[in-house]
Amino acid sequence: MEIPGTYAEASGLLASAWLLVGIPLIGAAVLLLGGRRLDKAGHLIGCATIVLDFVLAVALVAALAGQDEGEKAVTDTLFSFIPVGELQVDIGMLFDPLSAVFVLLITGVGALIHIYSIGYMAHDRARRRFFAYMNLFVAAMLLLVLGNGYVTLYIGWEGVGLASYLLIAFWYRRPAAATAAKKAFIMNRVGDVGLIIAIFVMFATLGSTSFADVFAGASGLAAGTVTALGLLLLLGACGKSGQVPLQAWLPDAMEGPTPVSALIHAATMVTAGVYLIARSAPLFDLSETARTAVTVVGLVTLLYGAIVGCAYDDIKKVLAYSTVSQIGYMFLAVGLGPAGYAVAILHLLTHGFFKAGLFLGAGSVMHGMNDEVDMRKFGGLGSKMRITYITFALGYLSLIGFPFFSGYFSKDLVIEVAFDSGGTLGWILGGGAMLAAGLTAFYMTRLMVMTFLGRPRWDSDAHPHESPAVMTVPMVVLSLGSVFAGFILVNVLPLSDWLEPVFGPEPEVDHVVAPIVVSILTTIVVALGVGAAWFFVARREVPVRPPVNVSPVIKAARANLYGDAFNESVFMRPGQWLTRAMVYVDNRGIDGAVNGLAAGLGGTSGRLRRTQTGFVRSYALSILGGALVVTVAFLAVRFG
Amino acid sequence: MLNPYIPIVGLFALAAAFALFSVAAAPYIGPRRYNKAKVDAYECGIEPVDQPLGGARFPVKYYLTAMLFIIFDIEIIFLYPWAVANDSLGLFGLIEMVLFIGTVFIAYAYVWRRGGLEWD
Amino acid sequence: MPDLSAPSISYLGLAPVLIVLGAACIGVLVEAFVPRHLRWNAQVSLALLGTVGALAAVILVAGRNELTAARAVAVDGAALFIEGTIAALGALSILMFAERALDPAKSAFVASAALPVGSSADRKLATAPYSQTEVFPLASFAIGGMMLFAASNNLLVMFVALEVLSLPLYLICGMARRRRLLSQESAVKYFLLGSFASAFFLYGLALIYGYSGTVDLGEIREVAARSGASDALFVTGLALLIVGLLFKAGIAPFHAWTPDVYQGAPTAVTALMASCTKVAAFGAILRLLYVGFGTSEWTWRPLIYTIAIVSMVVGAILGITQTDVKRMLAYSSIAHAGFLLVGVIALGDAATAGRGLSSTLFYLLTYGLTTVGGFAVVTLVRDGDGEATHLSKWAGLASRSPLTAAVMTLFLLGLAGLPLTSGFTGKFAVFRAAIDDGAWPLVVVALLASAIAAFFYLRLVVLMYFSAPAEDGPTVGVPGLPTTIVLAVTAAATVILGLAPGAVLDLAEQAAVLVG
Repeated sequence: MEIPGTYAEASGLLASAWLLVGIPLIGAAVLLLGGRRLDKAGHLIGCATIVLDFVLAVALVAALAGQDEGEKAVTDTLFSFIPVGELQVDIGMLFDPLSAVFVLLITGVGALIHIYSIGYMAHDRARRRFFAYMNLFVAAMLLLVLGNGYVTLYIGWEGVGLASYLLIAFWYRRPAAATAAKKAFIMNRVGDVGLIIAIFVMFATLGSTSFADVFAGASGLAAGTVTALGLLLLLGACGKSGQVPLQAWLPDAMEGPTPVSALIHAATMVTAGVYLIARSAPLFDLSETARTAVTVVGLVTLLYGAIVGCAYDDIKKVLAYSTVSQIGYMFLAVGLGPAGYAVAILHLLTHGFFKAGLFLGAGSVMHGMNDEVDMRKFGGLGSKMRITYITFALGYLSLIGFPFFSGYFSKDLVIEVAFDSGGTLGWILGGGAMLAAGLTAFYMTRLMVMTFLGRPRWDSDAHPHESPAVMTVPMVVLSLGSVFAGFILVNVLPLSDWLEPVFGPEPEVDHVVAPIVVSILTTIVVALGVGAAWFFVARREVPVRPPVNVSPVIKAARANLYGDAFNESVFMRPGQWLTRAMVYVDNRGIDGAVNGLAAGLGGTSGRLRRTQTGFVRSYALSILGGALVVTVAFLAVRFG
Repeated sequence: MLNPYIPIVGLFALAAAFALFSVAAAPYIGPRRYNKAKVDAYECGIEPVDQPLGGARFPVKYYLTAMLFIIFDIEIIFLYPWAVANDSLGLFGLIEMVLFIGTVFIAYAYVWRRGGLEWD
Repeated sequence: MPDLSAPSISYLGLAPVLIVLGAACIGVLVEAFVPRHLRWNAQVSLALLGTVGALAAVILVAGRNELTAARAVAVDGAALFIEGTIAALGALSILMFAERALDPAKSAFVASAALPVGSSADRKLATAPYSQTEVFPLASFAIGGMMLFAASNNLLVMFVALEVLSLPLYLICGMARRRRLLSQESAVKYFLLGSFASAFFLYGLALIYGYSGTVDLGEIREVAARSGASDALFVTGLALLIVGLLFKAGIAPFHAWTPDVYQGAPTAVTALMASCTKVAAFGAILRLLYVGFGTSEWTWRPLIYTIAIVSMVVGAILGITQTDVKRMLAYSSIAHAGFLLVGVIALGDAATAGRGLSSTLFYLLTYGLTTVGGFAVVTLVRDGDGEATHLSKWAGLASRSPLTAAVMTLFLLGLAGLPLTSGFTGKFAVFRAAIDDGAWPLVVVALLASAIAAFFYLRLVVLMYFSAPAEDGPTVGVPGLPTTIVLAVTAAATVILGLAPGAVLDLAEQAAVLVG
C-alpha cells in the first residue's frame, strides 16, 4: 500500500475530472432555469448529460488505468475556499481506483435509469423537474466520490441529501411523500451532525480536512481521537446508508418515483456510507474499536432488514428492507478492515446492478398495474410481462446468491471474510450473515411467487401489460450485469487488484472455515430459504387480505421489529415532551429574555431614533459634540 | 508648552477689541454728513443698479457672473507664483500652467455655450 | 529666492485618476458643444470609458510601489486596489445613472434642477422625456476625486481631493426627478454638514502643519517619532483630521447625515455614495492612520476601537426601527463602516501591515458590490410616485416577482454575512485578522452587532416571502440593459466571492502595501 495520502498531480485528461461533476450540474441548471420552454426536450437533455458523463468516465478510467504504477491516484486542486490564516480549505478532485469504481457505477447505472425514466415518467407533467433533480443528484453524488477532502465530500454529501429529499417528495401533494421526505431529511441530519463534528475534530487536531493531510497525520493522533473520529464517521455513514439505528427513513423513502428508489435508494446514494468508511480506511485501520462498531452495526442491520423484509406485502418496501440488509453486508465487510474493503466494494457493485434491476422491474410491474404496490394483488404476472419477469428473475437469483450469479460471488466472499475474522466474534458474524442469506432467499422467493407466479389476484380494473422498450432495455442491461458482473470482477478483471493502490494488497489469512465449505453451507441455507418460501407461500392460495391471526414474530416483523415504534417512544415522545418543555421554557424564559431583549433593542432603537430629528442644526450639533468628545478623549489619552 | 502662541492670542484680543471699539466709537466721534453714495449698496465701485432698498434679492445671474469672476481671479493668483518661479521650473512649469489654464477654460467654454454669460 | 525644482511626475502611476478626471473634463466640453440629441449617448459612453479605462490602467500599473508628484500621491498596492475598486463600483453606479427603461420619463434625474418645486414649469417637466446629462461629468469628477482621496500622501492634496469628491456629490444629490423636495433637502443637508466636517479637517490640517511644519504624511510620521509626539497641537490636529474623515465614511457618531441623504438622493447616487465614497474614505483613513500616524498608534487606537463599537451598535440598533428600504440600507452602511473599522484596528503597525490591510481591502470590495446591487434592486420596485421604498410596499414581493425578490434576498444575505456569500468571507477575514491582533472583545461586539443587523435584513426577506402582497402594491419594473448588467455583475460577485474567494483574497494580500 502506498503511504496514505500521497497523490500524484493530475495532468492531461485526468485533470478534467471536475467535468464529471460539471456536466450534470449544468444539465440541472439548464433544466431548472430553462422553464417550460424545455418541457418537451427536458428528458432528452437530462439523459444526454448523463450518457456524456458516462463516456467521459470511461475515458477517464482508461486514462487512469494507463497511469504508471504508484501514480494511480491523481488529485487536482480546483480553488481555495476561504484561504484565511490557518484555515485553508481547498476544493479539489481526487481520482483514484476507488473513485473510479464509483464514478463508473454512478454514471453507468445512472444513465440506464435516466433512460428508463423517460418511459416511466412519460405521463408526469413535471417530467422536466424530475430530470433536473436527477441530474442534480448525479452531480452531487459524483462530487461526493471525487472530492479530495472531507469538506468537498461533505458538500456532495449534503447535495445528495437535498436531491434525495426533493425526489422523495417529488409528488409533494401526497402527504405520505411529504412526510417521508421530511423523515429522510431529519434522520439524515442526525448522521450529518456526526460527519460534520468529525470534520471539526479533524480541523482542530490536524489543521486540515483534505484526505492527504488527514491520512498522513492520523498516525500521530491519540488513539482515543482516532476512535472518536471513526465512530463519528460511522454515525454519518449510518444516517446516509440507512443502517441501524438510523434505518427507518429508507423504506419510507420508497414514496418517491421508482427510478429514484432504484438509483438513489438502492444503487448509489445509500452506499455513500460504505464509500465514506472505505475512503477513511487509513483512519479505521488505526482503531480496532471503530471497526468492531462498524461490523456490529452491519450485522444487526443485515439481520434486521432480512427479518422485516419477510413480513411486508408492499413490493417496494420489501426491496427497500432488502437494500437495508444488503448494505448491512457491505458494512460488515468494510468493518473487517483490509481483508474486507475490496469485498465490500465488490458487493456494492454487484448489488448496484441487481438491486437497481429489481427496482426497475418493480417499477415496470407497477407501471403495468396502475401503480399498485401490494403484492397480494399481483400474482401470475409472469405470463403477461415476459421481459420484466425474466430480468427480475435474474436479479432475484443474483440477490439470493444462486451459484455463479453476481451476488453469489460477492455475498459468499463477505460471509467468508466474516468467518475469517476469527474468534467468537468471527463465528457470530459469519453465522449471522449466513442465516440472513437464508432469510433473503425466503423473502425474495416469497416476493417472486406472490408477484409473478400463482393465480392472478388483480383488481378488477387492472390490465397488466409489458412496458415499452425504453424501459425494458435498461432492465435487460442491468440483468446482464447481475448475471455476469460478479464472475468478471472476481476472475476476469479482479476488482481487488484494481483497488490495490487504495487499500493495499489483500492480507494473507488463515481460513477458519475453508471457502468451499462456506460456499456449500451458504448454498444449502439459501436452498432451505427457498424451500421454506415454497412450503409456506406457494403451496397455498395467497389471501388478498393479510391474515390477522398471526404469530407475534410476524406481527413484530410487520411492524418492522418495532423500529418506528421504538423511534416513536424513545425519541419522538420524549422529544415531544422535551419540545413542549422547551416551548414552555422558551415562551416563558428565553422568549421572555429574547423578546425582552428585542423589545429593549427596539425601544433603544426607538429612543435613539428620536435623535434623528431631520434638522440640520441638531445634526451639526451632534457632529460638533462628537468632535469635542473625540478631541477631549485624544487629549485625555495623551495627557491623562 | 503653549508659550509660543500667547502672542497670537494677544493679537486675537487686540483685533477683537479694535473691531468693537471702532463700531462702538464711530457714532459718537464721527461727523454725520450723509449723501446718496453713502447709503447706496457697495458694488465694486460701479454705479448701483436700480433696486429697492432693504432685502430685495439679487438676480441669480449676478451670482453666475460673480462665480466666473472668482474662477479667473483664482487663476491669476496661480499665475503670479509661476511667473516668479518660471526660471527654475522651465518647460515643466509651462506645460503644467497650460494644462491648468486649459482646464479653467473648459469651465469657461461650458458657461459660455450654455448661456451663462447672457444677461437676458 | 528659494530653490524650486520641477517635481518628477509618474503619469503612468497617476493614469487611473487622470483618465477619470480627463473623461470628466471632456464631458463638460461635450455638454458645451455636442448637440442635445447626441449628448446622452456621448456622456454615458464617455463616463463608462473613463471608469473602465481607469480600471484597465490600474491593472496595467499594478505592482508599482512609489510616491510621485513630489511625494504628494502614493502609487502602491493599497492605493491601486482601492482605485480599482472605486473605478469598478463607479462604473456600475454610472450604469445605474444611465438606466432609461425604468422611469416613464426616461431618466431618474430632473431635467432642470433650478426650477422651483411644484411650479407649473416643473410639473410639466416632471413627466416629459427631457433629461439632463450633466450628472455624468459630475459623477466622473466625484469618482476621480475619490480615487485621488485614497491615494494622497499629502494632507493638502487629501483635502483638495475631499472637496473634489464632495462638491459634485452635493449637487447630484439634489437632482432626483421624483420627490424633489426630499432630494433637495438631502442635498442642502449634505452640503451644510459636509462643509462643516471639511472645516474640521482643514483645521486639523492647520494644527498638524503648525506642529510639524509639513503636510506630507511620511514627514509627519518622522517628526512625530522624533519628538515623541507629545504636543497638544499634534493630538488635537489628529483628532480633527479623523473627525473629518469619519464624517465622510459615515461612521457614528458622525453619521447623522447618512440616512437622510441616502433616502433623499436619487438611488443611483445613493449607490455611488454608499459604495465608492465609503471605499475612498476608508482608503484615506488607512493611509492617514498608518502612514501619517503609524508611530503614534497609542493616541488613536483606543479611540478608533471605541468608535468602531459605537458605529456597529448604532447602525445595527437603529436599523431595526426603519420603515424605509433606503434608510435601512443607510443604517446598514453605518454598521458596516463599524465592521470595517475592526479591520482597520487589526492592521498592526505600518511596517508589517498585512492581513488586516488585505482583509479590509477585500471587505471594501465585497461590501461595495453587494450594496450597489441592493440599491439597484431598490430602483426596480416602483409605484406611481417613483420608487416604492416603504417597507410595507415590499410585502409579498416574491409572489409578484420571484426573481427580483430572490436577487434582493441574495444581497441581503450578503450584507448580513451569511456563509456562501461574499459578506461572510469578508467578515470572516476581517474578524480573523482582528482576533490575531488580539482585539477579540471587539470581535465579540462585532458578532453581536452582526446578529442584530441580521434581524432587519432577514425581516425584509420574511416580508418579501411570507407576507400577503399589499393591495396597491408596487410594480416591479423591467430593467433595461444597464441595470441588468449591474444586477448580474453584483449578484455574480456576491456568490463567487462567497464560494471561491481565493483568487481575490490573494490579490488583496499582494496589494496590502502602504508606501510613504
